[in-house]
Amino acid sequence: MDRPKIVRYEKPGKVENYPCGAIRVGTLVQDNAGWRILKPVIDHGKCVMCLRCFLLCPDGVIDKSGKILEIDYRFCKGCGICARECKVEAIEMVREGGDEDAG
Amino acid sequence: MPGKKIFISGDEAVAEAVRMARPHVISAYPITPQTVTVERISDFVEDGSLKSEYLHVESEHSAMSAAIGAAAVGARTFTATSSQGLLYMAETLPYASGARFPIVMMNANRTVATPWALLSDHRDSLSQLDSGWMQVYCEDAQEAFDMILQAYRIAEDPRVMSPVMVNLDGFILTHTYEMVDLPDQEEVDAFLPPYRTENRMDLEEPRTVCYASLDEYMEFHMKQEFDMRKARAVIAEVDRDFGIRFGRQYGGLLEKYRCEDADAVIFTLGSVTGTVRSVIDSMRGNGYRVGLVKMRFVRPFPEDEVVDIAEKVKAIGVLDRDLSIGYEGIVFSNVSSSVLRACSAPAMVNYIGGLGGRNISKDNIQEMFLELLRAADGEKGKRVRFVNVGSEYDG
Repeated sequence: MDRPKIVRYEKPGKVENYPCGAIRVGTLVQDNAGWRILKPVIDHGKCVMCLRCFLLCPDGVIDKSGKILEIDYRFCKGCGICARECKVEAIEMVREGGDEDAG
Repeated sequence: MPGKKIFISGDEAVAEAVRMARPHVISAYPITPQTVTVERISDFVEDGSLKSEYLHVESEHSAMSAAIGAAAVGARTFTATSSQGLLYMAETLPYASGARFPIVMMNANRTVATPWALLSDHRDSLSQLDSGWMQVYCEDAQEAFDMILQAYRIAEDPRVMSPVMVNLDGFILTHTYEMVDLPDQEEVDAFLPPYRTENRMDLEEPRTVCYASLDEYMEFHMKQEFDMRKARAVIAEVDRDFGIRFGRQYGGLLEKYRCEDADAVIFTLGSVTGTVRSVIDSMRGNGYRVGLVKMRFVRPFPEDEVVDIAEKVKAIGVLDRDLSIGYEGIVFSNVSSSVLRACSAPAMVNYIGGLGGRNISKDNIQEMFLELLRAADGEKGKRVRFVNVGSEYDG
């Protein structure tokens, strides 16, 4: 997927060293901005690759370039639109912190 | 184009200065008494003498938003407003200053409704004192012309990177005609080189502006504050350089007029300064030791300069053309907090005058000075006084 390269953000040690206005993109301060409580998990056995979730994801985090759809959990906010819109119920919203935590 | 003297209004002087500053983008919405400025600039773009994009926007909120957008890709920008228009764009002002865009805006000082009025006072601009913008107040059309050029130099200085609001009293300055000295374009270009910045969006090296951060919100504004403090020295430096190049200098943050050995001084903003000067000249002729402090910049605030003055005089009057209803004049509050740092404690009187364009006459000013001189001798009086009021009051 065409994503900016993530550079781990390190706080400037001194206030004087803070940037003046614009900051470089690709500095990910916190995965998914710390928003996500439930995360979508795709059941690839059920998925028919209709790409409805890919089209409707407001953050564009669903990658269709491989053989199966993949979700970029660094940017997914857990809104659940993909799960709700999936016609074959292939996406389940799973509480964060479980065994399958990939975020 | 060689330098020349022409007879123009304050509004036109600003337009001429903008033409010489060569901004890439102008976004503006007309409002009395600023209208002539944006009309003239529009003429200049139309006749090709100013090669800029002119955006005729649908509101002041859009005017500032468009300026922010243009500044976000590294453009030099200009806009102008007044009164209700400034208040309508208020939401966008901290966006511009927080993103550190060196936008220059002319504000034609006009009172705010209601009662609805078109004439001048400073309630519009001073209501935006905490927006992160520098604010400078001009005494005449020449100073307005010069300050537009200086404002770009100050705002775009890498040590500062903050927007500037150049204030002119509505009608008194915007619509009266004066001789204004226009310098040579080449001299202006040498004083004000093209704007280059890293604080912009860039396809090669993507950056984000106006971004969200909760974790570091405070540190960002602390950096902004520290840079604004540095602006004090930059303002003085730019004024000196301007003086060397063009022969006119204004004293940087503030100007002291006949303050040496003065017992009483009055602080002013804007056009009333000229009237106070003339009263001082005649009172000095009669032996009164009176002086003037012309506040030019209110942000950044000339803290050290005010402390220095407070330690030398016995009484300070602050003439506010504004009123923070429920307390006192806004400039008075600001001056008073610096005076507290002084080793001595001069008598302090706040004169509220000129609201909604009410006249402040020479007689009014002479009365202020006489009262201040009595206060200097220890006479106790009211802290806040209203000037040239037609009715009796108990305040």
